[in-house]
Amino acid sequence: MLISEFLLLGAVLFCIGVYGVIVRKNAVLVLMSIELILNSVNINLLAFSLKYNDISGQTFALYIIAVAAAEVGVGLALVLLIYRNKRNISLDELSEMKG
Amino acid sequence: MIAVENINVGQQVGFGIIALMMIVGAIRVVTNKNVVHAALWLVVVLAGAAAQYLLLAAEFVAVTQVLVYIGAVMVLFLFGTMLTRSKVGNDENLDNRNGAMIGIPVALLLLGTLTYGLLKTYKAERLPLKNTPFNIQQLSDSIFSHYLLPFWALSFVLLAAVIGAIVLARRD
Amino acid sequence: MMLAQDAAANLSSGWFLEHAWLIAVVPGIGFFLILAVGKRIRDIKVGSLTIPGGGSMFGVASMAASLVLAAGTAYQWIQRVDSAGATHGALGSFGSSITGMLRAEGEGNYITPVVKSYTWWRQGGATFTIGSHIDGLSMIILLLVAFISTLVQIYSLEYLRGDRRYTHFFAALTLFAGGMLTMVLADNMVQIILGWEIMGLCSFMLIGHWWEDAANSRAALKAFFTVRVGDVGLLVGVSIIFFSANSFATKNGFGSGFDLQGINAWAQSGTASHTAILWGAVALFIACIGKSGQFPLHTWLPDAMAGPTPVSSLLHSSTMVVAGVYLVARIYPVFHTGLSINVAGSHFNLIAIIGGITIIIAAALAFVQTDIKKVLAYSTVSQLGYMMMGLGVGAWTPAVFHIFTHAFFKCCLFLCAGSISHSGSHHSFEMKKDMGGLRKKMPITFACWMVSTAALCGVPFFSGFFSKDEIIDNAHHAGYNVFWIIGLVGAFMTTAYMTRATYLTFFGKPRGAAAGEHDDAHGDAHDPHDLDVDDAHAVQPHAVAAHGSTTDDHAHQPVMAMARTVGDVADIHGDVDASDAEEAVHADDAHHAAEHDVHHGPHESPALITVPLVILAVLAFGSGYLNAAAFSIHKFTDWVSPIGGQFFPKIGEASGELPEAAFKWVNALPSILLVLAGFAVSAAVCISIYGDTAAPLKGITKRIAPLRWGYKFLFNKYYLDVLYEKIIVHGVAYPVSAAAYWFNQNVLDGIVNGAGKWARKSGLWIYKNVDQRVVDGTVNGSGAAARGLGSALRPVQSGKVNQYGALLFSAAAVAALVLILVNT
Repeated sequence: MLISEFLLLGAVLFCIGVYGVIVRKNAVLVLMSIELILNSVNINLLAFSLKYNDISGQTFALYIIAVAAAEVGVGLALVLLIYRNKRNISLDELSEMKG
Repeated sequence: MIAVENINVGQQVGFGIIALMMIVGAIRVVTNKNVVHAALWLVVVLAGAAAQYLLLAAEFVAVTQVLVYIGAVMVLFLFGTMLTRSKVGNDENLDNRNGAMIGIPVALLLLGTLTYGLLKTYKAERLPLKNTPFNIQQLSDSIFSHYLLPFWALSFVLLAAVIGAIVLARRD
Repeated sequence: MMLAQDAAANLSSGWFLEHAWLIAVVPGIGFFLILAVGKRIRDIKVGSLTIPGGGSMFGVASMAASLVLAAGTAYQWIQRVDSAGATHGALGSFGSSITGMLRAEGEGNYITPVVKSYTWWRQGGATFTIGSHIDGLSMIILLLVAFISTLVQIYSLEYLRGDRRYTHFFAALTLFAGGMLTMVLADNMVQIILGWEIMGLCSFMLIGHWWEDAANSRAALKAFFTVRVGDVGLLVGVSIIFFSANSFATKNGFGSGFDLQGINAWAQSGTASHTAILWGAVALFIACIGKSGQFPLHTWLPDAMAGPTPVSSLLHSSTMVVAGVYLVARIYPVFHTGLSINVAGSHFNLIAIIGGITIIIAAALAFVQTDIKKVLAYSTVSQLGYMMMGLGVGAWTPAVFHIFTHAFFKCCLFLCAGSISHSGSHHSFEMKKDMGGLRKKMPITFACWMVSTAALCGVPFFSGFFSKDEIIDNAHHAGYNVFWIIGLVGAFMTTAYMTRATYLTFFGKPRGAAAGEHDDAHGDAHDPHDLDVDDAHAVQPHAVAAHGSTTDDHAHQPVMAMARTVGDVADIHGDVDASDAEEAVHADDAHHAAEHDVHHGPHESPALITVPLVILAVLAFGSGYLNAAAFSIHKFTDWVSPIGGQFFPKIGEASGELPEAAFKWVNALPSILLVLAGFAVSAAVCISIYGDTAAPLKGITKRIAPLRWGYKFLFNKYYLDVLYEKIIVHGVAYPVSAAAYWFNQNVLDGIVNGAGKWARKSGLWIYKNVDQRVVDGTVNGSGAAARGLGSALRPVQSGKVNQYGALLFSAAAVAALVLILVNT
């Protein structure tokens, strides 16, 4: 197998995730897009791990999974809080931080 | 079976099918009009990723992926959808107006640069065929010796996430 | 395995045997086709013939293809068996082909199974394969499953016509059969788990097919979770056996401890640790208890009646519930050795005890049911008890034969019940309310019902007699006298409750819908739709008897309730015919209602329903003659039992020969007499209770206290559901949630509050010392400069996350582009 196959798959997933982050308005869907991005990173890490026969790639893939779980937990808690206060999770209506 | 023989057509075909499935799934995740369906398509992508990890001879990561992502994270997403009373069923109000106008160029630009860079660097480099993939013992050795400090940091991140999630979501 | 294959050199093989895996793959393809394009296909009319759309044809076609393949496999297997007979003596026995220890003492020939396996995963000494393993047992069950599934699918074409989830129904039905076939074909335990779980999932989908009704989805959940409880046993058992058998199996060329042949050889070798094999067998048997509806996990099976009738018939005859029995039969040496079956001096073992208890309690429950499908459901449970008991006393061949015959007559009975509800009782399954006197209105259904009932009861010369009586006879022969008596009592009870059901359905005066009335006449007083599982416990049994109506756990098809309401409205308006009104809402049944306009009231079902019925009835009678010991026919034994006429090569000390009783009419006499007695007693009681004349027995369960208590006990199904739901679930779930709450309130809150306080204090300190003194000074100085820049960049700070994302990533992309351009 060619390493570029995996790397390209990662790239495609990454770009789809980016598209999702930009286009989606619903906060939960944005979080899902971020998961896509994180997974594409993992594919890259593991591909390199295999290529260079280095276990660090796998270690970091595991760490990324753990961090992603934490991220989703906190992210969804935030979404929940926003929903409770605004009865809505559309991100375009959250512009209190506007300068 | 993993990376044992010299040329593995089955592996190649498997990769192709799974990759196609993942890409289709990912596109559906970001285009679907139904939040629940998007979440279910995400399952397809995540499971596909787990399968790719297997092809990359990383069994333990694959299993963790299934456990954490498909097991826990997806449930969180569905909970999030449910608790925020997102519309179950088609919702036309999920995307930004004119979002695609920005999104597609940015995504394509990124994809182009990435593809160019990757192909240029790794044009025909093969993945080595490993007869003995890393086993879990090596992985744990790596985590608990060489990368112990990140592991501690990660523990704190998780603790903070747990407490933070409770604090944020708690109804006072 | 190589050695075993060498021994097979003289055996005939063939294309079908080599390609048996196709049998399970074809339904899988059918399933995906149905899902992918099913909904887009419309009905096609060819002349007067209508080919139903909705993808159902894929299901029927794939099942028919499976049937053809299975038939070919069966034919070639039989040839193989015959060829073994021709080359007598040229074969090694099962034992000698493996190790010297596993030697058969020259009795019978071991006919090597045709095994094709493909390794898909290999790691750390464990090999995972997928493949096909064809021997007599899998051959016969494959044929059975494919056959019954084909008939049920054809029947469903008519029965579910116009249903709102027609396509999904066929998809699930096809996958369900595919799951069972996968499991039956399996050459290793992992594949068995795969098929087992596919079936569990599909049964959930099919039982909950009309999930709009809360009772149905609850029944589906109950089935799923109850079986899951048992499935834990499957995983544990497979693990135990894998770890104990793996080294033996690998050493002797079987691949791994998942391999079925390896497991069997290991169990028979006598080298196995008895503790391991005992606990492995117990754990696996727990899985079989759950799947095959044995006591005490049988409670899901009658509730599974909530699904459409074709599902019940498939579920109860050849798939799903048989899976547990099949698993026991498949790796029988494990159970035989592990539970010390047929060891001299043993009179009890787990399988026989569970089977025996199941026979009796399920048969007793069948007496108090008013829903015809529930009577059949409990009779299935009871018959499964027979199969288990048969396996428990070492009667392997009769038990497998009973699977075979039972599939035909039970499937036929269910389809009869479906036919009655479809055309006779207006979608009701209530025997007391909506049936009676149907024998003249539905002669074909009646004839099929009678044949199958006779087979079920074990009337001589019907198929059930040849299988069930063999089990009972073998129990006696092997010295399990307690189970012999249980078998006889069970036969008596079976006849009695089937007589009751037959009487209520086909004889006596037509009642309710069977008399041509529609449900609106009496549906309002005691609508079953309003009662759910919990309510059923609360209802007093005698009150029920007084109403003479229905308090079953499962309400009927949800559409019925709707139709009923509309029917009521129609009555108020006076001039609208109820069935017209029903037609309006009852989209499921447009075709059916149209038929109702022609002839109101009960009538015979259309050919798509009666043809499968007749085929099954013929088989319900005739299938017994494959192994009619009374006439010295032993074809089934020859073809199915792994070794000639004997299952076990005599090996080691743990496992002995299987006792096989020679048939004598004298031995069969007690059961025949009891069947007759059961019929006579029950018929007399039925006529006096349910007949027209005021008889002394009428309302007896209301008047005599012990009988009333007994009735109530049975009516509430031994309070097992109460035990499971109220005591076990609540008893476990509440303390856990209470503990979690306590933890949340005391521990987590403490941590959180403490962290909050600390953060606030340190925040104040930082504010005072760092922010006010150091930062402010700097900020004030640079403030002027920042203000200019800030107002310039202000529009960018829209506060919208998406725009930030777009900016971030486009900046990254541009940066990447720049890098590429610079570097080239």
